[in-house]
Amino acid sequence: MNSFITTDELLLLAPEISMVALATLVIVLDLVTKKKSILNHVASWGLIIPILLSLNLLDGTSQYAFAGALRIDYFGVFFKLITLIATLITISISEKYSKKFDDYQGEYYALILLSATGMMLLASSVEFITIYIALELSALPLAALITFMRIKSSAESGIKFMILSALSSAILLYGMVLVYGFTGTTYIEDLSQIINKFLRGSEITFGGGALLLGIILITGGFAFKISSAPFHMWAPDVYEGAPTPITAFLSVASKAAGFAIILRIIYSLIYSTTGNPINQEIGIDWSMLIAILSAISMTLGNLIAIQQTNIKRLFAYSTIAQAGYIMVGLAALSSLNGGQDDAGPGGILFYLFGYMLTNFAAFTVITIVSIHNNSDSISSYSGLLKKSRLLTLVMTISIISLIGLPPSVGFMAKIYIFGSAMDTGLQWLAVFGVLNSVISAFYYLKIIKIMLIDENKNSDPIKLSMNYYFISIGCAFGIVILGIFPGSIIEVAHRAIESIIY
Amino acid sequence: MEDQFNWILTIAIFFPMVGGILILFTPQKEFVKLFAILFATIEFILCSYIFLYQYTNATGTPILVDLNSSWFPTNIFNVQYFLGVDGISAPFVFLTGLLGLVAIFASWNLSNTNRIREHFMWLLVLQGAVVGVFTSLDLFMFFIFWELELIPMYFLISIWGSGRKHYSAMKFLIFTILGSAFMLVGVLGIYFSTDSFNMIELPEKIATAKLIIPASMLFLLTIIGFAVKLPVFPLHTWLPDAHTDAPTAASVMLAGVLLKMGGYGMLRISASMFPNELHQFSWIIALLGTINIIYGAVITIRQTDLKRLIAYSSVSHMGFVLLGLSAASGAGATIGITGASMQMFTHGTITGLLFLTIGFMYDRTHTRYIPDLSGLAQNTPILATGLIVAGLASLGLPATSGFIAEITIFLGAFQTWPIFTSISAFGVVLTAGYVLWMIQRTLFQNKLEKFNALEDASIGEMFPIFVLIISIIGIGIFPSIISDMFSSGLQPIISNLQAIN
Repeated sequence: MNSFITTDELLLLAPEISMVALATLVIVLDLVTKKKSILNHVASWGLIIPILLSLNLLDGTSQYAFAGALRIDYFGVFFKLITLIATLITISISEKYSKKFDDYQGEYYALILLSATGMMLLASSVEFITIYIALELSALPLAALITFMRIKSSAESGIKFMILSALSSAILLYGMVLVYGFTGTTYIEDLSQIINKFLRGSEITFGGGALLLGIILITGGFAFKISSAPFHMWAPDVYEGAPTPITAFLSVASKAAGFAIILRIIYSLIYSTTGNPINQEIGIDWSMLIAILSAISMTLGNLIAIQQTNIKRLFAYSTIAQAGYIMVGLAALSSLNGGQDDAGPGGILFYLFGYMLTNFAAFTVITIVSIHNNSDSISSYSGLLKKSRLLTLVMTISIISLIGLPPSVGFMAKIYIFGSAMDTGLQWLAVFGVLNSVISAFYYLKIIKIMLIDENKNSDPIKLSMNYYFISIGCAFGIVILGIFPGSIIEVAHRAIESIIY
Repeated sequence: MEDQFNWILTIAIFFPMVGGILILFTPQKEFVKLFAILFATIEFILCSYIFLYQYTNATGTPILVDLNSSWFPTNIFNVQYFLGVDGISAPFVFLTGLLGLVAIFASWNLSNTNRIREHFMWLLVLQGAVVGVFTSLDLFMFFIFWELELIPMYFLISIWGSGRKHYSAMKFLIFTILGSAFMLVGVLGIYFSTDSFNMIELPEKIATAKLIIPASMLFLLTIIGFAVKLPVFPLHTWLPDAHTDAPTAASVMLAGVLLKMGGYGMLRISASMFPNELHQFSWIIALLGTINIIYGAVITIRQTDLKRLIAYSSVSHMGFVLLGLSAASGAGATIGITGASMQMFTHGTITGLLFLTIGFMYDRTHTRYIPDLSGLAQNTPILATGLIVAGLASLGLPATSGFIAEITIFLGAFQTWPIFTSISAFGVVLTAGYVLWMIQRTLFQNKLEKFNALEDASIGEMFPIFVLIISIIGIGIFPSIISDMFSSGLQPIISNLQAIN
């Protein structure tokens, strides 16, 4: 490992560098131009460069950069692309919404880009300090973005996010310190060997318990990021107060980044260089911990979502439940009762990809309706069919995917994830998952019923600009196509997972 | 297995779906019904071809197979695109084609202003999905189509229904999803035990593989999904609500085809993959069947809403399917299970006709409340004929298909469960009671003034009535048309069961 920065290493970091450059460009443009609408176009078209640079890294090899702190592999690039697509959609659906921010549009787009940079960096980090820095880089701009509405509820949400984010970072850092204290390394790839040595030999007398505490604290820190129970309390308030496109960004990109880093840590903890599980003892502890968190998350999220009257709050609880479903895959990964090794994590990646399409389809509609009606209450969706057939169709497809009915990507993803749980001896968790899908059908269908059947006196048609057409049709199309032909993304997901087994 | 291509099944599934979506883009509403009839007729011809092909080439193994392994990355998830029909599925495919056409005609009176494009779109999508259920030989595809059929039915009930339609649609959906949630766990359990979704190979693989969940557990998980659909007491409560509030076309499809998916699943999965468990639990099935028959019939007698009456009578009649299935553990297995399959087929045509005529009468009288109706036979003789034929077939009059099915079930089940069968036989008496009483109260007695202006069936309405009457009486006289086919298709299942006895 070379400690000097070479040009090759800079090239590996090119997507992130170009993101920062784009953010700077947006800020500078904001200073010199009076025509603010141009900022949206610059920010969204500019994303093509990092996307191309990321695709350029998809050559299948895994390379280290910056003294081994970053690992550029298929897995990392997969998550970079998810983040970039999410950013692109977020910026596109902000087009009309951002007019509410008048003179602050430049900062708005720049902060989104910076937060995305942090998430992209997180997806490739393999060292604790880098992970921590990347995490903060992604979280701090988000705190500012959440308060962007500059009204009381928005400010409250921002402060809530800020404080809880700081708290969870502190917990995470404490966990990292404990792990470092007992293993002497901050490189997550070395952890497995060192821990294994500890477990086999009896070199430490009290270290096992403290090490486990460290790992649990790290899990807790990331559980905040993916808004899993019991670290979910912030989500509903923050989702409600934040600007709607930022809510979408939080619910997809932020969550994907959190899962990316959790996967990396778990993999390195339980797999040795040969790809065989070595730390049975720790693996099983992880599995039970995650399985219980997952069951609590989905049940809690779904039960509370039933009573919601605000669509953003409803989706907040729905994302908590979805985080629970995704964690089923994590639990299946770390439960080492045989079975196909990468069904769980492959399922997670596939689920996240589908979830991105599904949630953005829904949030595009929510953004437009919220601009049109000036309200986020679920009852304001009544008679949406008369106002816009397209939006109703997109929302219906998205909801079908969230419930997990065919032909949608949500159906395939759920079967995949629950299948991995069945395969690894977590049958009870799979039963929990499918029963939760039934509960969720109830509140999701209420939205469909309100949109399609309830009457509304006010039926002015909703006019859509090009961006919204493109994004909503694209997402809905993706949901259905991946629901019928999921093969290509499943293969990509598995390639990504294979690339982090070292 | 080698890849095989036989596009006819694929076309039979996706043609109505594509047709339905095309209908959405029909510019003029006047043409919507014509297009719908055109699509449904072509679909009916396709389904009849499949049925006749099976009839002339009856073998034990599935024919008309469409198998393609490149749909999924099979090294990751061993899912194949695998369709095929055999003696069990071909009659149901035919039934779906027939009732799909009938359902389109049943919507003849739907007004053009009432979101007519969507209505026919959902009907056709529903039909395609059901054909998919009956032709899938890959368990994963079976499950996809099983779930796919929910959404069209939900919309059909909640948009075009009457009464408490939202409540009923939601109840239908939640009950069915709950059933299929358990089924999904069962299906995944089967897959991860055997690494295969291939429904032809699965019976053998399940018998030999090391199961990750006990076989009796897998059996129960999967059968819960079918039990909700059939429906089996005490999971039946969604059915009366859904039927009462559904539009006529949806009722025809629901009672005629969707309930049969439950029975078909029991044959195709419960009976063929878990013969030991079926054997072991057959007394529960016999018991539940008897409860279904008697309880359903007793409740039917006191119904005052015509549709609710027919709905509860379906609960009673589906009990016969369970009773026939429970014969699996005895010497009467062959007769009993063939009878159960025939009961499903004939009940599809009979209940289809009942809902159809009652729906047409409701269009005229705007009431289904029996005490408000009287003497309708004098104003609407053709509709009345349809209702009477269906009613008599429903109570099992000889020379109708209902008689053949019920008598075979009793013959099969009596050898194994004489007491249950004897009790169930009283169900026939109760059926005669409520059918005749219903016919008497609505069709005969005094002619009412307010119904003087009623017109009898139009040509468009007569057509489906006559088609169904012909199929009911035809099978009543020549039952071997379908019974031979069923017994050839059921042969592998029955020989497995007999090996246990």
